[in-house]
Amino acid sequence: MTEKRDWHPSASLEMIRARAHLLGQIRDYFQQAGVLEVETPVLSRCGTTDPAIESFTTRYMGPAAPRGWDLYLQTSPEFPMKRLLAAGSGPIYQICKVFRQGELGHRHNPEFTLLEWYRPGYDHHTLMDEVASLVNRLVETPMEVEKLSYRAAFQRHLQVDPHLADGEQLRELAIERKIPGAGDLHLDSRDGWLDLLLSHLIEPHLGQSGMTFLYDYPATQAALSIVRRETPQVAERFELYLAGMEIANGFHELLDSDEQRRRFTEDNRLRVERGLPEVDMDEPLLDALAAGMPECAGVALGVDRLLSYLSGCRDLRALLAFDFTRA
Amino acid sequence: MASYSTNEFKGGLKIILDGDPCSIIENEFVKPGKGQAFNRVKIRNLKTGRVLEKTFKSGESVEAADVHETDMQYLYADGEFWHFMDPDSFEQVSADAAAVGDNAKWLKEQDMCTVTLWNGAPIIVEPPKFVVLSVTDTDPGLKGDTSGSGGKPATLETGAVVRVPLFVQIGEAIKVDTRSAEYVSRAKED
Repeated sequence: MTEKRDWHPSASLEMIRARAHLLGQIRDYFQQAGVLEVETPVLSRCGTTDPAIESFTTRYMGPAAPRGWDLYLQTSPEFPMKRLLAAGSGPIYQICKVFRQGELGHRHNPEFTLLEWYRPGYDHHTLMDEVASLVNRLVETPMEVEKLSYRAAFQRHLQVDPHLADGEQLRELAIERKIPGAGDLHLDSRDGWLDLLLSHLIEPHLGQSGMTFLYDYPATQAALSIVRRETPQVAERFELYLAGMEIANGFHELLDSDEQRRRFTEDNRLRVERGLPEVDMDEPLLDALAAGMPECAGVALGVDRLLSYLSGCRDLRALLAFDFTRA
Repeated sequence: MASYSTNEFKGGLKIILDGDPCSIIENEFVKPGKGQAFNRVKIRNLKTGRVLEKTFKSGESVEAADVHETDMQYLYADGEFWHFMDPDSFEQVSADAAAVGDNAKWLKEQDMCTVTLWNGAPIIVEPPKFVVLSVTDTDPGLKGDTSGSGGKPATLETGAVVRVPLFVQIGEAIKVDTRSAEYVSRAKED
């Protein structure tokens, strides 16, 4: 079937200029801050094991690979950037395209632009402060900055402790708070219910009068962050919200290679349980961690969503020169 | 049984929800960067007309509803059912009060209506956008006042009551917009 497709951009020229201006401002900021811009491969022989993120895969054929290599398109530049840190790069940043299978909607495009940066010597709190100062340089009037722990957000909006409530209690809460269809949902983990409550009942309130950072996530949602040994355990991870929209995700980065391997293995176990393909874990990253990565914090910030916030345009398609249907 | 995955969700898709046929109005993909993906959907229950919301886990499947719209000719009412005929196959269906609802007051024999069928049975009956009906009752005493201000109520042959200009008289045929229940013009009865 041949489908007649529109050749025009989906963004206005004005928006295309606004994007260029934003990228220029970001690069100015990091240049002044003495952070090095880097580029790392978009195609990689290893992918992310994260069960909530699916990679695009492709295949290389040619010199050096007579039988071909399976390759993943990056879902974030995190692993190679950490290898640079372990090699002594010092503070680094990157602006690049990343790819996520199956994500298309008002706030999602299967390929999007990430700004990712790493700060040796920082923890998640000092990095939140830097994210706030960067964002405040980009807006006309500097915003109030609110830091809210994941626990405090759930207590404030839902009167529940997200670290202590069990899956059944969270499910009942979702029904009681009238998330439509909550009673029919079959979620296979406590984290699934936390995600449902957060995305439906808490997120809309975040970053509505300034910027809101959520921090200290449940240890089960640590991803690649340090888990603090206290009771209950919390992960030194944060997210930035502007106008109810998730903009950035950051970690006080896990340094322990053995612990990282355990998490990758657990991710793959979950993948198998959910019928998802297993992903080859990134051995070079594990080797780099074992060789010694400096203590650091890192963050990934969605540039398209930031542009959405700054321009007031909530239609993702109008922010991309060519949206996914025109790609 | 046919079913749709959430990846097929889009406006107009017909699904079964809690046993009733529904039509998707809006579908929103919601996903935390590192968390569970959901589809938050706005749906119209085709039997009750009510709009509701529902959250699905992305990737879930939902039963498909065998629902389609077809143009049918209104034949007659027998007090309990309204009878319609497919003009091509001459097949007849009967709609109950729940399907016809308030639209009963616009149904005139021989008119073509849009009938929504679920598993072959009517669940929604929509009259034509414009119908021509004759006036069976209206206040005649106001003849001569042509200022056009306000108008007056008129009862039509089907029982519907609409506001008409003062010059409209009993026995005349008028054209009515069924979506707004407003008088459009005088008409020649056909």
